[in-house]
Amino acid sequence: MTVISLSALDLALAALLVLALAALTLWARLGVGRSLLIASARTVLQLLLVGLVLQALFDHAQLGWVALMALVMLAVAGYEVMARQERRFAGFWGYGIGAATMFVSAFAVTVLALTTMVGPTPWWEPQYAIPLLGMLLGNTMTGIALGLDRLTQTVWRERRVIEGRLALGESWVNATATMRREASRSGLMPTINAMAAAGVVSLPGMMTGQILAGVPPVEAVKYQILIMFLIAAGTGFGALGAVWFACRRLFDHRSRLRLDRLRAGRR
Amino acid sequence: MDCLLEIEGLETSHLGPVDLCVQPGELVQITGASGSGKSLLLRAIADLDPNRGRVRLDDQARDDLAPTDWRRKVAYVPAETAWWALQVAEHFPAGWVRGEVQGWLARFSLPEESLQWDIERLSSGERQRLGLLRAFLNHPRVLLLDEPTANLDLENTRRIERAVRGYLAEEAAGALWVSHDTLQRQRLGGRILEIRAGKLDS
Repeated sequence: MTVISLSALDLALAALLVLALAALTLWARLGVGRSLLIASARTVLQLLLVGLVLQALFDHAQLGWVALMALVMLAVAGYEVMARQERRFAGFWGYGIGAATMFVSAFAVTVLALTTMVGPTPWWEPQYAIPLLGMLLGNTMTGIALGLDRLTQTVWRERRVIEGRLALGESWVNATATMRREASRSGLMPTINAMAAAGVVSLPGMMTGQILAGVPPVEAVKYQILIMFLIAAGTGFGALGAVWFACRRLFDHRSRLRLDRLRAGRR
Repeated sequence: MDCLLEIEGLETSHLGPVDLCVQPGELVQITGASGSGKSLLLRAIADLDPNRGRVRLDDQARDDLAPTDWRRKVAYVPAETAWWALQVAEHFPAGWVRGEVQGWLARFSLPEESLQWDIERLSSGERQRLGLLRAFLNHPRVLLLDEPTANLDLENTRRIERAVRGYLAEEAAGALWVSHDTLQRQRLGGRILEIRAGKLDS
């Protein structure tokens, strides 16, 4: 396999394009020039840092370090899910629901894939484990955040209907059925759309990367199919679980709608 | 005489403590300025808001019943009833019987076709009558009526008053009726309790 190594000059040339874009936005007074430059700088810094961390991890391939890295990734993803909610649970559950369902779905699917499908030795080999987990967390994060956000929004909007149905003696499960369905669907849609468009509209990032790295396209495609299925399963189970648990938390033991458990987010 | 609905020390963060006894067949009117806690009282009894205190129905403690059973027996009907499906009959409790519904429709002066009416096209009078009818299908022992005739004309108001009075007499059920209207208060009669800053004056 042949990889053309990129030199600093190559990257500098690409950076010139971004600078040109920044100059254009400045001239057009779009007001995004500053954030564009900061975002570019962050890209450079964060990716260099993660590159160093991964290099160190690969050099010291021990289960403990891999687990630590995985936990840090999960912690950040859990925070992201919470930050994307317009109305989120107050206290621990604001963070806990997203983190817990991601832990169950993304971690479980990654471990399953590593031990049964990909099968590196040892099974936690960081070269496979970390990128797999990263892709799964990134996608489940989006799915869970979308599902939770939609759920809390619709329950808030439809609170009169929900309480009307509770007052008629319906269970919370019945009273929220359409809202849970809608929320689960919105969590699943991005993944379904991505699978439907894969290869036709867009070339998935991982496959593209492998092809650039010199992997025969058919091999790269096989990996991509595996990843797509894992992502669909992880995102789907994660979003369904998160929506169910969050909805359960919106009602107490006497099935009263407890919107007081939600706080306005910072969006 | 024994209470049908017995309330002792009912409290929420903005209400109470409230003690109250409603006897079988009795209609108790609740009045008070807006924001005094009339709705909060009814919602607390229906167990829709977190609350403390002892609430018993027919000498059975509220916490011994599942929330769904409690709310079927102690029916809260708000000033604006909620509708979520397309047609009227989809909002009826599972297992409703046509013969029983026909009887209620006649009492509320509604035609039988109203079961297939579109929710979008209901007038406010039809909404409130159907909203009450829907609650009656659960055979409640106590009705918690939160200004059920607030936006209605006199004709619809009197239909609802008659239907509730008839139901209480036949089933020996009880009712708490929140009302602002002094004329309605005279028509309904019975005990009138005023609520001030979350507390009941008798």
